Amino acid sequence: MKKLTLIGAALLGIAALLTACKDSGASSNGALAYSAAEKVYVSPGEHDEFYAFISGGFSGQLSVYGLPSGRLFKVIPVFSQDAEKAWGYNEETKPMLNTSHGFIPWDDSHHPDISQTNGELDGRFVFINGNNTPRIAKVDLSVFETTEIIEIPNSAGNHSSAFVTENTEYVVAGTRFSVPVPQRDMPINEYKGNFKGSLSFISVDPEDGGMDLAFQVLMPGFDYDLAHPGRGASHGWMFFSTYNSEEASTLMEVNSSQNDKDFIAAVNWKKAEEYIAEGKFTAMPTNYAHNVYDEETHTATSTMKKEVRVLDASELPGLVYLLPTPKSPHGCDVDPTGEYIVGNGKLSADLTVHSFSKMIDAIENEKFDGDAYGIPILKFEDVLGGTVKQAGLGPLHTEFDAEGNGYTTFFISSEVVKWKVGTWEVIDRQPCYYSVGHGMIPGGNSRKPFGKYFVAMNKITKDRYLPTGPEVTQSAQLYDISGEKMQLLLDFPTVGEPHYAAGIDASLVKERSKKIFSLSENKHKYATTSDADVRIERNGKEVHIYMTMIRSHFNPDNIEGIKVGDKVYFHVTNLEQDYDVPHGVSMIGANTSELLIMPGQTETFVWEPKQVGVWPFYCTDFCSALHQEMQGYVRVSPANSDIPLSWSLGE
Amino acid sequence: MKSITNFKIFVGFCLLLGLALSCKGEAKSDPKTPEVEAQEVTKQGQAFIKDDEATPNVLNIAMGSEDHTTLVAAVQAAELENALVNAGPLMVFAPTNAAFDELPDGTVENLLKPENKDALANILKYHVTPGKYSKDFLKKFQKLGQANNQDVSVSTEGDDVFIGEARIVASIPAGNGIVHVVDKVLLPPEE
Repeated sequence: MKKLTLIGAALLGIAALLTACKDSGASSNGALAYSAAEKVYVSPGEHDEFYAFISGGFSGQLSVYGLPSGRLFKVIPVFSQDAEKAWGYNEETKPMLNTSHGFIPWDDSHHPDISQTNGELDGRFVFINGNNTPRIAKVDLSVFETTEIIEIPNSAGNHSSAFVTENTEYVVAGTRFSVPVPQRDMPINEYKGNFKGSLSFISVDPEDGGMDLAFQVLMPGFDYDLAHPGRGASHGWMFFSTYNSEEASTLMEVNSSQNDKDFIAAVNWKKAEEYIAEGKFTAMPTNYAHNVYDEETHTATSTMKKEVRVLDASELPGLVYLLPTPKSPHGCDVDPTGEYIVGNGKLSADLTVHSFSKMIDAIENEKFDGDAYGIPILKFEDVLGGTVKQAGLGPLHTEFDAEGNGYTTFFISSEVVKWKVGTWEVIDRQPCYYSVGHGMIPGGNSRKPFGKYFVAMNKITKDRYLPTGPEVTQSAQLYDISGEKMQLLLDFPTVGEPHYAAGIDASLVKERSKKIFSLSENKHKYATTSDADVRIERNGKEVHIYMTMIRSHFNPDNIEGIKVGDKVYFHVTNLEQDYDVPHGVSMIGANTSELLIMPGQTETFVWEPKQVGVWPFYCTDFCSALHQEMQGYVRVSPANSDIPLSWSLGE
Repeated sequence: MKSITNFKIFVGFCLLLGLALSCKGEAKSDPKTPEVEAQEVTKQGQAFIKDDEATPNVLNIAMGSEDHTTLVAAVQAAELENALVNAGPLMVFAPTNAAFDELPDGTVENLLKPENKDALANILKYHVTPGKYSKDFLKKFQKLGQANNQDVSVSTEGDDVFIGEARIVASIPAGNGIVHVVDKVLLPPEE
């Protein structure tokens, strides 16, 4: 035993020294080999080359980072209330979190994807799915704010989402959990054959980006995991990975892994459009929320929709084909040419790569291997394009560079593996610290990846950072992929769980970034665009304050005549028309968050005073040299007081 | 076996010495460098994190067992340490030293040779299932999908559970899975 331990120690020592020597060799080469530090250093005042949009997983939000520096610029609130930005707290954005289940203040944000034109990223929008209460959100990259959220009916666990087609014709939303469709009271053990999966196609208006649930494809009761669009020749198809083709409903870790192969479902959405045009859909009654934030009124509205068009995959020939894929595939990724569809069987050591042209050939020659609920299953051997053999343990997700290489993450063996598309040979592997989930190459889901960097998103960090108690940060790791070998450059901490990411060349986004909201275009119902319009109106117990803010005062800043039991609406307009001068406002005892109001914008919070007295409010954002002077008082009198409503500034 | 491992120790120390010397040579221009690098080397994966609080993982358990020194040596030779400390869950079927001794003479020595690293890794991965099931629970299975991509059968005889031909003789829950001690080495079927 002792001897063997010694051997172990000796081997480890050797490995350690080998690595140490390699490192010192690389950094001492100076001009010949750039050091990692040089590659990630962005000088003060300089801009990063790429934006990275990294989802927050259970935080429900979307974080914006720069690459290669790993600097965090913004956390965009999407599905979770955010007191910092009053998201879901102010009156304007509360409707954004409305659903058929009522106001839901949280979700699990998973897979951001950037809008495309002709198969290339266009930098207009980021779409991202809410996993828990099925939703898709759209973030407008001119303002870096969530401007639309649509709920997905007949779905549960909106996981294979929110991936866009190559002209952003559709954003897709495949259900993870199959459920009774429509929902009804029934025994769980009658799952098999009765529960259904739905794959939703949400159209995106080419002009204004408006989303609309165009149709759903009703599928067998499998679990639908991830999706990616066809491109080039395979444009018009969307590929969804499935598992639990066993249709189990309990102890899934065993029961959904019994079949050697599950499927990648290839959905011909152009065919679906034909069927819709021919009227071969069922108009199914349902109930879901569609929430839209209007940039001119600075206000969201929520509309309940009552119907969805459903296409039954079992009954409509040519709509869906099933590609057998080993061992519970997770990632389902399409290479830049659109020819190869990579299935990452999470219990497999191999990657299965399907060929689109072989798939079309197999369909045309009807090389079927039975069917599942009437949906043809193609013969595995006839659609197989290649196999990346024994690449690692627990393959999860594959991204691509522009040079014909795939980069696959392996959760169990905790590494990223580079392999050659077409020859399927492994070129390089680098460890991830630790337990990498998804990975990201800027533009990796498009015809033209930008390449250059690979970002690994790790679930576990243990000793990688200063400890912060039992909960330690999850992290991203940046690799330089410009050479034959990948080089680890940087670790950086992330917000929540860095579940998935999308990256884009910054030049495609930053020129369009808005600096202020024009006051002249402010159509908020309670906007106060000049000091002449400042006023307070009482309607019974409801009081509306039309207030303005500008460096460095509120107007009005002295208010009297408010009574205990009133419901006081502060409608506050930021009169600044200068870049990067937001103001904040908060009121003592208000049961809500602050407001953080951008130049030209109007926001509203509600205060219900419960105690007699004179109560202050103040600006919460350090706006100016006289920020500390930016304050005001509200006098609150007893409910039966007859003190008249009055307001003033500087009197 | 013994002579070979002794030889390994010897080679190991020679290499160690050689590398240490070559590093020193390079570091002359900056005397602080070796210290910094010495810290770096501890960061070569989860297997090398010092942690006295958490429940031992499957690798810790194997390394702490006197009956599994051959297995541990094999894991180290195949450089699979980091795969065994992952979040898992991982179920490891751990053959005892006696089980390895039952293999034909020379088998283990042969597998431990650097040129046979892939074959060794394949055999070891055939002993690992992604999952964590108690011996009793395993009775529900007819087969398991192993980490080397092949299946192994599961059968029951009275209270005994057999993985392939190997009987589970003890089970130790781990922080990231479970170790089932087995009395035979599992050999992957030829494909």
